[in-house]
Amino acid sequence: MEIGLNHYLVLSTILFAIGLLGVIRRKNLLMLFFATEILLNSVNISFAAISHYYGDLTGQMFAFFVIAIAASEVAVGLGLLIVWHKKHNNIDLDSMSTMRG
Amino acid sequence: MFEAIAFYLFAFLTITMFYIAVTTSQALYALSSLAAGMIFISAFFFILGADFLGAVQIVVYSGAVMALYAFGMMFFDTTRDVKEKQGNKAIILGLSILSAILIVVIVSAPIVGNNIEAFYPMTEGAGNVQEVGMVLFTKYLVPFEVAAVMLLVAMVAGIVLAGKKMDLSLTLMTEAEILMMKEEDKNKKALS
Repeated sequence: MEIGLNHYLVLSTILFAIGLLGVIRRKNLLMLFFATEILLNSVNISFAAISHYYGDLTGQMFAFFVIAIAASEVAVGLGLLIVWHKKHNNIDLDSMSTMRG
Repeated sequence: MFEAIAFYLFAFLTITMFYIAVTTSQALYALSSLAAGMIFISAFFFILGADFLGAVQIVVYSGAVMALYAFGMMFFDTTRDVKEKQGNKAIILGLSILSAILIVVIVSAPIVGNNIEAFYPMTEGAGNVQEVGMVLFTKYLVPFEVAAVMLLVAMVAGIVLAGKKMDLSLTLMTEAEILMMKEEDKNKKALS
């Protein structure tokens, strides 16, 4: 049983689908953040796998930048969430409709 | 052989952990299963020979991001069960069709792109960390610096957003002062 590129790609797709499921069904914004982390991680797996099987380092570089972006996204997003929670005492998505025209 | 066993074991563990993370109604369970899933994902990076990426994954995700979430959850009411959205059937149908097409495209992509040549090929006789360093500090130097500036901006934004009223300590104030602060807050909310 040889583990090929396709195995990793299928795994990455399954994890991506799980993350997508989380984005669809979550209403709490903190949980939505967790789902986006899953999405980013599933893409990182496929980057690393392609980098390994094609002998190219570009994939790993992209994975590093994805990790950096995820870290900064969490920092800013959590700050915004804390401000919203202080003001409105909940972090449900449905309560954030002030921009609706 | 061992690679196959490790792959299937960690694939099973990761999928289970992430499934728990997106379906549970307890925020704490979601947090801890997400942290476990992140660590299991780093195992794939080690299997694939991307040692540095695996180490970074553990340090950044399980260390920094999870700690940040844990600190963030102190501000929120996490004991309350999370309410779920009653989804629109059409959106769910469309997205599942989209992900099915995505699987087909992703799996057929290596077949289409069979004649890809390595842009930055791996050097012989160098460890993964050395290779990553060589490519990151020559070809990807500018994006690396831009990412550093972006992290700085994110840090400043985090401090500015979450650090309001951090100079006040509820434990060091007297009861009367706390009550007065609450009154002020109420008045402010009424005005805005």
